[in-house]
Amino acid sequence: MNINSNNFQPNGPRPKHLTIGRIGMYCFIFMCALFFLMPLYVMIVTSLKDMDEIRSGNLLYIPKVLSFYAWPKAWSEACTGFVCEGLKPGLINSIKITVPSVIVSVSLGAINGYALAFWRFKGAYFFFGLCLFGAFIPYQVMVYPLLKIESAIGIYSSLPGIILVHTIFGMPILTLIFRNFYASLPIDLFKAARIDGGNFIKIFFYVIIPMSTPITIVAVILQVTGIWNDFLLGLVFAGRDNQPMTVQLNNIVQVDYGVAEYNVDMAATILTSLVPLFVYFISGRWFVRGIAAGAIKG
Amino acid sequence: MYYLTKNLASKISLLPMIIISLTVFVGCIIYSFIYSLTGSKLIPALNYVGFQQYERLFKSRKWDVAVENIFIYGFVFTIGCLVIGFLLAVLIDQKIRGESLFRTIFLYPYAMSFVVTGLVWKWVLNPTFGLEHSMHLWGFDWFKLDWLVNRELAIYAVCIAAVWQGAGFVMVLMLAGLRGIDEDIWKSLSIEGIPKWRSYLFVILPMIRPMVVTSIVLIAAGVVKVYDLILALTSGGPGYATTTPAMYVMENFFSRANLGQAFAASIIMFISVVCILAPWAYYEFYFRNKEAK
Repeated sequence: MNINSNNFQPNGPRPKHLTIGRIGMYCFIFMCALFFLMPLYVMIVTSLKDMDEIRSGNLLYIPKVLSFYAWPKAWSEACTGFVCEGLKPGLINSIKITVPSVIVSVSLGAINGYALAFWRFKGAYFFFGLCLFGAFIPYQVMVYPLLKIESAIGIYSSLPGIILVHTIFGMPILTLIFRNFYASLPIDLFKAARIDGGNFIKIFFYVIIPMSTPITIVAVILQVTGIWNDFLLGLVFAGRDNQPMTVQLNNIVQVDYGVAEYNVDMAATILTSLVPLFVYFISGRWFVRGIAAGAIKG
Repeated sequence: MYYLTKNLASKISLLPMIIISLTVFVGCIIYSFIYSLTGSKLIPALNYVGFQQYERLFKSRKWDVAVENIFIYGFVFTIGCLVIGFLLAVLIDQKIRGESLFRTIFLYPYAMSFVVTGLVWKWVLNPTFGLEHSMHLWGFDWFKLDWLVNRELAIYAVCIAAVWQGAGFVMVLMLAGLRGIDEDIWKSLSIEGIPKWRSYLFVILPMIRPMVVTSIVLIAAGVVKVYDLILALTSGGPGYATTTPAMYVMENFFSRANLGQAFAASIIMFISVVCILAPWAYYEFYFRNKEAK
């Protein structure tokens, strides 16, 4: 998984002449790009059509008449079961879940990684191994027992409950990437800080944190996209009042009664994916390192 | 006493990790295993029944379908992602114009939630208003795309959506591998006069084996836990034609009040994930670390 960003430059110059082969290749790559873009395009145009046009018209055509009916409806009026408040509460819940979860889990990962890399004690790596093992356990195995633990301490189906769950499931991978990053720092730096009289806390705040920017970016990307896109944990642990956007989106689209409004569904779908897409477009190559690290999570 | 107080700050700071590892990761598996040996229904009860839950599980028609689906899905999804991902990586590696634009296009689906992917493809594959309708409007009356309502084909619709989301990720991993190949190798290959496609298939592909292995393992690990995608796309239907082990577990936990059965199924899921990941994890984390030292 060593994705070195330097390796992303192509070797040598670009060929000067367009041969038949290269034209064919460009055609093929354009077809692939169209296939990948098609669902995004369909989402956007569908959200801008009215229902009559959706029923009679072609899925792939741009709207004849622009209709902005679907967007405000998806945002604040669409029904999830009995409540008709749209996605707005979901967005607020998702922010309320994501922000503290990311802060808590990344901080914990950084401290764990720091302690493991510089302040090893006997047995520390045994527990680290156990912790890594946790990354591989499918969520389905842990959901029910964890629910029991959370109800025993009285935070099941509440905001702290879901934040704790995200912190727990983010911990193995975050600890791992922080430990690996800190282990790659020159040890002499740490020794010098020790000789200057630094202790556990001081070295962490004055020496280590200022050097942690790159790995923190990776960790934050990994956690923001992971937590925002999570469905299962939000469904089980967040409780009715804190359901994240993904859960509400699914409820809006899958309602069994009434007429399905596909334009509203698609507007809601776009709204839900805005945050991860925004992270993806601004973070570029960092994104790949982030998601590659998180891909093994249960 | 000295052992406890030495390096105390470090021990205190690792306490959350130690507690969570023991209670949640190890504890939950032990808990699940113990209760999978009981006849628990609505609430966990310790009425020991031996391996009956597992016997029932393996006799269950629905579990059979779930396992069959996960094999079809796993096979098609893994092969699809690898082939398309490798192909895209090779194409992108041809010094094309607008490389970063194409890379962005191929990877963006990976940023989306499985729920979003599921819902989009549910709409695109909608048998009444979706792509099939478009093709009919264009005069291709014979065109049929009723996968979502077809028991046999619904699982392949799931595969298409999943490949659409995952192929870009494999492309990025493979591309990192391709970019690591030394220029001299390409030079000698072209002096030998070996056609490019053969060089890629028989020389370069074996050289980027570590990336291929990583891709396969990451994809395979994702296969076992597929849940939200199917929930959004087909809800396990039509009937239970696209149900998966993860859905089977969740259903028995939360809607059928059949805890013992759910625990047994989840333990089986866990064992299969370990079988896929353990050899690779051993290599990646342990063996590599040792090599580095």
